[in-house]
Amino acid sequence: MGVASRFILRRRGGKSWHWTDVVTWVWLLGGLIIMFGPAVWLAFSSFKTPAALAEFPPSILPYVTSQATVQGYDKPLQLFEAKMPDGSTKVLAEVRRIGLVAQMVDPKAPGEIVRVNIGDRTPVRSVSFATENYTTPFTQFDFLRYLWNSVFVTVTATLITLIVNSMAAFALSKYEFRGRSLAMLIILATLMVPLSVIMVPLYSIISSLGLFNNLWGVILPTVATPTGVFILRQYMLTIPDELIDAARMDKASEWQIYWRIVLPLTAPALAVLAIFSVVWRWNDFLWPLIVLSRRELYTLQVGLSIYSGELNVQWHFILAMTVVTMIPVVLVFIFLQRFITTGIAGTGLK
Amino acid sequence: MKTKSLLAGAALALLVSTAAHAGDVRIMWYSDGVEGDVMKDLVGRFMKENPGINVILDNVAYSVIKDQLPVQLEAGNGPDIARVTAIKDLSRHWLDLRPLVKDAKYWDDNFGAQADWMRPDGSKQISGFMTQITLTGGYANKTLFDQAGVPLPGPKATWEEWAAASKKVKDSQKLPFAMAIDRSGHRLTAPLLSYGANYVGKDGKPAPLDKGAKDFLTKFVGWVGEGSFAKDVWVSAAGSTYRAAAEDFINGQLAFYYSGSWQVANLTTKIGNSFDWVATGSPCGPAACTGMPGGAALVAVKYAKNPKDVATVMDWFAQEKVVKEFSERTLFLPGHKGVVDKGGLDFKTDNAFAKAALTKYVEASKTTSDTALKLPGWRWSDTVYAAIVTRVGQTLAGELKLDDAFTRIDADIAQKVKDSGL
Amino acid sequence: MSTTSLTDRLGSLLMAPVHLLMRIIDIPLRAVQKATGIGGMAAVFLAPNMLIFGIFVLLPLVINFVYSMTGGTAFFLSERNFVGAEQYQRLFTCTNYLDPMSCQEDAFWTAVGNTFWFVVLQVTLMIGVSLITALILNRDLAARSFWRAVFFFPVLLSPVVVGLIWKWILQRQGLLNFGLYQFGIEPYTWLTDRNWTFIATIGVSIWAHMGLYTLILLAGLQAIPKDLYEAAEMDGTKPARVFRRITLPLLAPNLLVVVVLALIKAVQIFDEVYVLTGGGPGTSTLYLTQYIYETGFASALRNPGLAAAASILMGLVLVVLTLIQLGIGQRGEKKGKR
Repeated sequence: MGVASRFILRRRGGKSWHWTDVVTWVWLLGGLIIMFGPAVWLAFSSFKTPAALAEFPPSILPYVTSQATVQGYDKPLQLFEAKMPDGSTKVLAEVRRIGLVAQMVDPKAPGEIVRVNIGDRTPVRSVSFATENYTTPFTQFDFLRYLWNSVFVTVTATLITLIVNSMAAFALSKYEFRGRSLAMLIILATLMVPLSVIMVPLYSIISSLGLFNNLWGVILPTVATPTGVFILRQYMLTIPDELIDAARMDKASEWQIYWRIVLPLTAPALAVLAIFSVVWRWNDFLWPLIVLSRRELYTLQVGLSIYSGELNVQWHFILAMTVVTMIPVVLVFIFLQRFITTGIAGTGLK
Repeated sequence: MKTKSLLAGAALALLVSTAAHAGDVRIMWYSDGVEGDVMKDLVGRFMKENPGINVILDNVAYSVIKDQLPVQLEAGNGPDIARVTAIKDLSRHWLDLRPLVKDAKYWDDNFGAQADWMRPDGSKQISGFMTQITLTGGYANKTLFDQAGVPLPGPKATWEEWAAASKKVKDSQKLPFAMAIDRSGHRLTAPLLSYGANYVGKDGKPAPLDKGAKDFLTKFVGWVGEGSFAKDVWVSAAGSTYRAAAEDFINGQLAFYYSGSWQVANLTTKIGNSFDWVATGSPCGPAACTGMPGGAALVAVKYAKNPKDVATVMDWFAQEKVVKEFSERTLFLPGHKGVVDKGGLDFKTDNAFAKAALTKYVEASKTTSDTALKLPGWRWSDTVYAAIVTRVGQTLAGELKLDDAFTRIDADIAQKVKDSGL
Repeated sequence: MSTTSLTDRLGSLLMAPVHLLMRIIDIPLRAVQKATGIGGMAAVFLAPNMLIFGIFVLLPLVINFVYSMTGGTAFFLSERNFVGAEQYQRLFTCTNYLDPMSCQEDAFWTAVGNTFWFVVLQVTLMIGVSLITALILNRDLAARSFWRAVFFFPVLLSPVVVGLIWKWILQRQGLLNFGLYQFGIEPYTWLTDRNWTFIATIGVSIWAHMGLYTLILLAGLQAIPKDLYEAAEMDGTKPARVFRRITLPLLAPNLLVVVVLALIKAVQIFDEVYVLTGGGPGTSTLYLTQYIYETGFASALRNPGLAAAASILMGLVLVVLTLIQLGIGQRGEKKGKR
C-alpha cells in the first residue's frame, strides 16, 4: 500500500533510483513481454510451414531447413552441420537415415558416403517466411466477401447499439416515470446473462422470424446490450439537469434535447461503447457460426473456422487469417484511442 | 420510427437472402485436408457439363456439421446436400434418391454395402454414398524401433505385445510416451471389440458394458497410469470432445499411434523425411484383430427445393471415374465397390510410406469383425462413444474410480435412451 | 489540442445528412410529444431498446423457463413433452450436496463449484493486478500512451485467438516448456495438471481483460486533484495513510464499475477456456456456461430441457448477485451525496 501511494506522490526531478522505480520498470518490462510477446510469436508463427508449426522445440522465427541439389541424386537433399570424428564440423547432405546412423555426403564431393551418428548432426536452417499461408487462403477463400460481411455486421450493429442504447440511457437517466426502476432493474439483472445460456431459445426465435442464414440474425440479438445502457446511463447522470431545463424553456423538443445537447456531451462514453461494440461484433464467433451456414454470408471469423476439420486442423491457414483479421481492430483502436481514457474517466465518475 | 425503418430493413434483407434461385444446389462440406479443393475443382467441372444447375459449395467447420446441422435439419432448414458423419442418427432427414437417380441398380451394386449406415432401419432408401471409407489402425515409428533395437511386432501381435514393445522403445529412447490413441469413442471401440465387447443388446438398444469392454478399459487405464499410453490428449478436454494425438507422433515422441486411415495424407506432409513410419493395421485381442470402419457420406437432404437437380448432382459425383479421381487425389479409401474391385487406384503421392500405408489399410479391412461392420449403422453408436470418452477421460484425470466410471457410462447411456423416448 | 483538425472538419461534413435526418425525425416526434407530454417521451426513447431487448433477451429467458419444464431430445418446443419439474429434480438429485460426484448430474455441480472459485479468485486477482498497473501508469512515465496501449492491447483480441495463443504456449510442446528447457528444466505438461490448468484459465482471462479495467482505474486516478496529495505531503501524512484516506475513497466509483464489469465477464467465461482447455483435464475447468452450452446445443448427449433448467438456476443466482451489488453501489452513492 505504501508503495502504491509513493507512486502517486512521486514528483518530477528524479533523485537517485528509489526502489519503487525499480518495481515500476520491472512491472512495465515484464508487462511488455507477457502482453506483447505472445502476439508477436503468433505473428511470426503465421509464417511457418505446417511441419515447422508442429515441431518441438518451437522456434521464434520461421525456419526452413536448407536443401541442396547434389550430383547423382534426383531430389534435393537436406543439409546438416555434422561433427566429424576429428572434432571439426562440416556441412553435409543427408542421403538417408537408418536407425541411429545417417548416411551423408559432402555436396562438393558426392562420391563418398560418410556415416554420422544422428546425435552429432544439426540441420542447417535459414529464416524463411511461408507467405503461401496468406496467399493460398486469399485465393480459395472469398476474403473480400467475408470482409464485407464482417464490416457490415460490425458497423450496422455498432450504429444501432449506439442509437438505441443512448436513447434508452437518456430516458433512464433524465426522466422520472412510473416503471423506471423496473426497467432499470430488468436491464441490470440481465447484465450478467451470457448469450450462450439462452442460445437454444434464441435460435428458435431467430429461426421462426426467418432470420436464419441472414446477417440481421447476427446483428439484432447483440444490439440491445445492457452493458451499453449501463455505461451510457452512468455517464448521462453527470450531465446537469439545469442544461436540459434551460433548453425546455427555449421550447426545444425532447428529441432536440437528446440529439443537440445530451448526445454531444456523452461523446466520450459513446466512443468507449463504440470501441467495445466494434471489438465485440468483429470478434463474435459462436453465434454467427450458428446462424450463418451459407458461404456468401460468412463473416471473417466464421470463414476462418472452415479450416477446422473433423480430424485435422489446418493451423497454418488459421494463424495467417487470424493475423489478417486482427488488423482492422487494431486500426480502429489507434484512431479512437484518444477518446478511451477521457470516455472511461467519465463513466466511472458520478 | 427507428424501429420501423429497422424492421423494414430487416424485411428487405430477408427477401433478398431467401430468394433461392431455381437450379441452385447447396452442398455443405467440411475438410480435413485437400478434399475441399478437390471438390471445388469437381464442382466446377460439373457446372460446365450441366449449365442449368448452379452448385454452391459451402465450406464449413466440422463443428457446424456436428452441432449445428442437426438443429437446422430439425427446423426443416439446412443445405440440399451435406457431407456428414452422423449419418445414421440423422437418417430421417435424408432424401430418398431411389426414384430420382438415373440407375438405382448402379447405386445398389456399388454403394449397397454401406447403404444401411445412412437410412432409417428397415427402409430401402438410397440416401447417398460414402465419400470415403475409413478404417482405424495403428502407425509405428520404425526409426525409433530400429534405434532401440526392438523388432516391430508382427501382424498377429496383440495389444499387450505392442504395449510391451513400445514400452521398451520408450525406455531406451527416452520418449515421453510409448503409445497414444485419439480421444475418441470410435477409436477406442476398435480394441474394445477385439477384446470381445459388444455394445448392442438383444433388443437393439445399448447393453451395459460387458466383460470384454471392461477388460480393455481396465488395461487401458492401467497403461496410461504407468505412462505407456499418452495421457495428454485424453485429459485435455472435458466431455466427449475429439482430440487427435497425431502431433506427438509427427514429432517422433511416440513409438506407436492408434488412429486411422485418414491420417495418411496428414502424416505424409508433416513427417516428410524425418523418420520411417509404417501402418500396422489393428493389434489383436482375444476375440479379434479388428479396426473400426467409418467415414463420411455425401447425403441428400429431404428439405431440398429442387430434388431433381439434387439427384443429378448426386448421380454425377457417384460416377465411378469421379469417385476414383476423388480418392486418388485425396488419398481416401473409396466406398465404391467397382473402384475397389478393379483396384489400380493410383494415389497421387510419391511418398513410399504413404503408398505402403494405404495398401496396408486395404489389406487390414479384411480382418474387420462383423460387430465392427454393424456399428456404423447402429443408432446408438455415438451415444455409447460419447459416454465412454467422457467418463474414461474423467477417470484418467483422476476424478473417477474405474468402477464408478463403468457405472456412470451405463447410467449415461440409459438416461439418453430414456430421454429419446424410444 | 487544436479544435478544428482535419478529421473534425471531415466529420462535420459527414454529419450534415445525419443532422437533416434528425430534423425530419423531430417532426413526428414533436407531434407525439404534444400528445403525451414531456414525461411520455421517456417511453418513446425507451421503446426501441426495450423492443429489441424484449425479443432477443427477455423472450428467450421466458422460453428457457418453458423449455426447462419439458423433456426429450427434440430441439423445437412444439415437439417436446411437458415433464414439470423433472429436470430440476434431476439437477438436484444428490446424496451429498458437497460432493458433486454423488449427484446424478455430477458435471453440473462440478461446474457450479469451479465457476464459484474461478469468479472469486479471478475477480480478486484481476482488481489487484489492474490497480497496481494503473498506479504504475499514473506515475510520471515517458511514453505513457505506449505503455497504456501495451496493457490494453489484448482486449482487442477475440477470445478464440486468446485461447489459441495460450494453448500454444502452455501445451507440452509449447513455448513455455521451450523456455524452461533452455534453463535445463524438464518439460512439464501444464495443461494436464488439474491445478495448473485452473490457474492458467485465471491467468489467461486476466491477461485478456485487465487492460480495460486498468484504463478505468487509471482514468479515476488521473481525476483525483493533485493538490490533495500536495496538502497531505505538507502535513507529513504517511503514504499508506494517503492511499487509504485519499486515493481509495476517491477511486471508489471507478472501483465499483470495475467490480461489476469484472464479475460479469468472469461469470460468463467460456470461449477462451473452451479453446484453451476444453474444460479439462477431466472436468477441472468446466465452467457453467460451457456446461449449459454443451448440454443444450453441442453434446452428443444433447438435452435442451436440462440445459434450460441449469441456465434458469444460474440466472437466478446472477440476478441476486447483481441486485446485491447495486444495493451496495446505491448506498455508496447516497453517502457520497450527503
